[in-house]
Amino acid sequence: MKRVSGWPAAVLLIAAALPATSLVGCSQGDRIDESLLFDERLGGETTAFSSGRNAFELSARNLTNEERRRFEVGDSFFNQNWVTAPASTAARDGLGPTFNAQACASCHTHDGRAKPPDNDDDPERGLLLRLNVPGPDGPEDDPVYGGQLQDRAILRIAPEGRISIHYEEVPGTYPDGTPYSLRKPTYTVVDTAYGPLHPNVTISPRIGPAIIGMGLLEAIPAESILAAADPDDADGDGISGRPNMVTDLRTGGTALGRFGWKAGQPTVEQQAAGAFQGDIGITSALFPEQNCPPAQQACREALSGGMPEIDSERLSTVTFYVQTLAVPAMRDVDDSQVREGAQLFAQANCIACHTPQHATDTSHPIRPLREQTIYPYTDLLLHDMGEGLADGQQEGLASGSEWRTPPLWGIGLVDVVSGHTMLLHDGRARGLEEAILWHGGEAQASRDAFMALSAEERAALVRFLESL
Amino acid sequence: MRKFVTLPLLLAAMGALIAACGGGGADDDLKRDVVRNYADGAHAMYSKSLASAVALDQAIDSFLAAPSAVRLDAAKRAWLLARDDYGPTEIYRFYDGPIDNEEDGPEGLVNAWPLDEAYIDYVEGDPGAGIINNPGGFPVIDADLIVSLNEEGGEANVSTGWHAIEFLLWGQDMNEDGPGLRPVEDYTTNDNADRRSTYLATASDVLVRHLRDMVDAWSPSISGNYRSEFLSVDSDEALRRMITGIGEMSRGELAGERMTVAYEARSQEDEHSCFADNTTADIIANAYGVWLVYIGDYGTVNGPGVRDLIAAEDEELAQQLEDEIRRSVALARAIPAPFDQHLREGVSDGDPGRQAVLNAIVALEDQTDTIVEAAESIGITISVS
Repeated sequence: MKRVSGWPAAVLLIAAALPATSLVGCSQGDRIDESLLFDERLGGETTAFSSGRNAFELSARNLTNEERRRFEVGDSFFNQNWVTAPASTAARDGLGPTFNAQACASCHTHDGRAKPPDNDDDPERGLLLRLNVPGPDGPEDDPVYGGQLQDRAILRIAPEGRISIHYEEVPGTYPDGTPYSLRKPTYTVVDTAYGPLHPNVTISPRIGPAIIGMGLLEAIPAESILAAADPDDADGDGISGRPNMVTDLRTGGTALGRFGWKAGQPTVEQQAAGAFQGDIGITSALFPEQNCPPAQQACREALSGGMPEIDSERLSTVTFYVQTLAVPAMRDVDDSQVREGAQLFAQANCIACHTPQHATDTSHPIRPLREQTIYPYTDLLLHDMGEGLADGQQEGLASGSEWRTPPLWGIGLVDVVSGHTMLLHDGRARGLEEAILWHGGEAQASRDAFMALSAEERAALVRFLESL
Repeated sequence: MRKFVTLPLLLAAMGALIAACGGGGADDDLKRDVVRNYADGAHAMYSKSLASAVALDQAIDSFLAAPSAVRLDAAKRAWLLARDDYGPTEIYRFYDGPIDNEEDGPEGLVNAWPLDEAYIDYVEGDPGAGIINNPGGFPVIDADLIVSLNEEGGEANVSTGWHAIEFLLWGQDMNEDGPGLRPVEDYTTNDNADRRSTYLATASDVLVRHLRDMVDAWSPSISGNYRSEFLSVDSDEALRRMITGIGEMSRGELAGERMTVAYEARSQEDEHSCFADNTTADIIANAYGVWLVYIGDYGTVNGPGVRDLIAAEDEELAQQLEDEIRRSVALARAIPAPFDQHLREGVSDGDPGRQAVLNAIVALEDQTDTIVEAAESIGITISVS
């Protein structure tokens, strides 16, 4: 992790200067200025005050009436089902032919987080599988199934296959003797419609995350993210932080990847357009090809909902919607346990990657997102998270064991919004504590620091996360 | 030793107590009356909706028994009438109540939109589409099938409900100036007429069943139902649900989802009742639902409404909101039908029809801000879109 100047960097400096071993049980004198760790208005002036089921669904509070109308139009195209072409609702047809979901909101219900299916009969489909085969010049799509398994299809077309998950319980013990158990998943694809997957295929499970605050993340200046990168761990703190540099399809140039579990997409628009094509089967100017590999003849011959199926104006409106979803306010800001947990979060050096504070730029096209002080708890960089979490799949510059630090704002509201607490990239962790315990690789020292805390301290740290 | 407080002192103390409760201390009895009247109103409105849905079901059965143009028209008229009664009941959405709670609320089966037409029946350009034309894949069409298909994938495919019935009665709206024109032969000699008939009869039965569930959920004579829970929670919580409902309906749902989206997207059939061209009536019915809850007058049931509570704190604010809601209903009524003519490419924003749509949108947005403010005035915080 590189030392940089500026506001967020001040936090990093303090964290980096403290050897991990001395972090635990540090005295009151080492307390970090709380304003660097949290603020009730996690999303600055966009922040909405709701802790109910609609907590992730509200528009940024600083939108004008006209901006809010645009938000609502985008909301509609986000929430409503896409239907089979041709249909009377011509603006909304073109589903599939193969797909994972009929609407963005199928997986991001209430703009929240999906969960993996409970068993093979559970119709829940918020988890999808990315498929890659190593090639001479980097990863390639599976030749028959493409880059993603679509487990549903319109009538008269075969779904590509189905996900089957097997969990194995892996028990462990805290230093204080408290036992815990993690569930380790194994993914297989069954009921394949076109024969077996490629023998060298890598399978990367991905859960649909909550989508709050993405416009604010987009508005963090690339320079300040890149400044925090330390690809070769020059400072020797065991934490690298690498940017994923990817192609921006609008400009054709290379840009910082910010979105997706491996930061594979540079903008909210490209992330949304990629999901439209990969998950719903809706083509756009950015991804004009129907998602039908050559072997899938019926898929290739199915009627299209237009060229493209979502036009650029509507794609931009859905993008605007996602960009301007408010971040909900933090709860229990004055609670002593929460405040203690925030200090422990810093002392365990979680903040080395889950960077608390950023400032958005002065030039983002959406005015309400500009010049905000925000608390997303991410550096938007890639980190090696160890073998336990590795999927073995490369994406851009991200290796098979690297993941982008996910933001933590709103994480305490996942249960009330989405009715579960399944966390991490594939929902394997059944709660915050398990999610922390899965951290390895560059995060091993922080995980060990968490484990070494007393039960009371661990509870305080988790309570802090629940307040976000 | 017992002390007796003199009457003047007692009155003074009560006065101080009442004053101290100002700004959130609306009379508890009045709160309970408003909540109870709302629940009674829900039962009355769903009962009315059920009655007209049963009449629709009978008209459909009569049509299917002996298909003719006259009987098809009668079934369409019955649908339009039934729709007028259903619209105002949508004011009971948006707080996880009986109609739209995540566990078993049937909203997605009753009123989901847009309809996946080609999932149900043939469409222009794809004559073999749909469950109806796929006897190999779906040998038996019955309630279990269409309900289960609706839930396929953990979300609505929209193979049931008002708009499925609408599609089966009218067919696709392929003409610019009027509704869809499904031929009677679809129910006599055309391919899979028998399966289409079964589908229509089944979808109608399922709708009636779901509306009966709503009547039961709000019935005063059934114990342990939603109504009893609603009347037993703290009045402020019940009021929060009620006012969230009118706030969310006003802006997020009606001004936003139903009107702004169609207004901005300009897809001619990007409107809710696109087959029957009944969208303006839907909009009026939804706007009117806000009025009913605010005033507390549900036709056969009449009592104190949200207005009375606001007025107890701030008569001026109560009157302002009443005026705003009356105005938004009037502006909704002023939108020329059919709605889709305002969505055509080339119709300028200065066109009187488009202007009328925008006026209603703005009025609904304005009233939402006042609803939030009025709720605050009686100590209730709501968060709406």
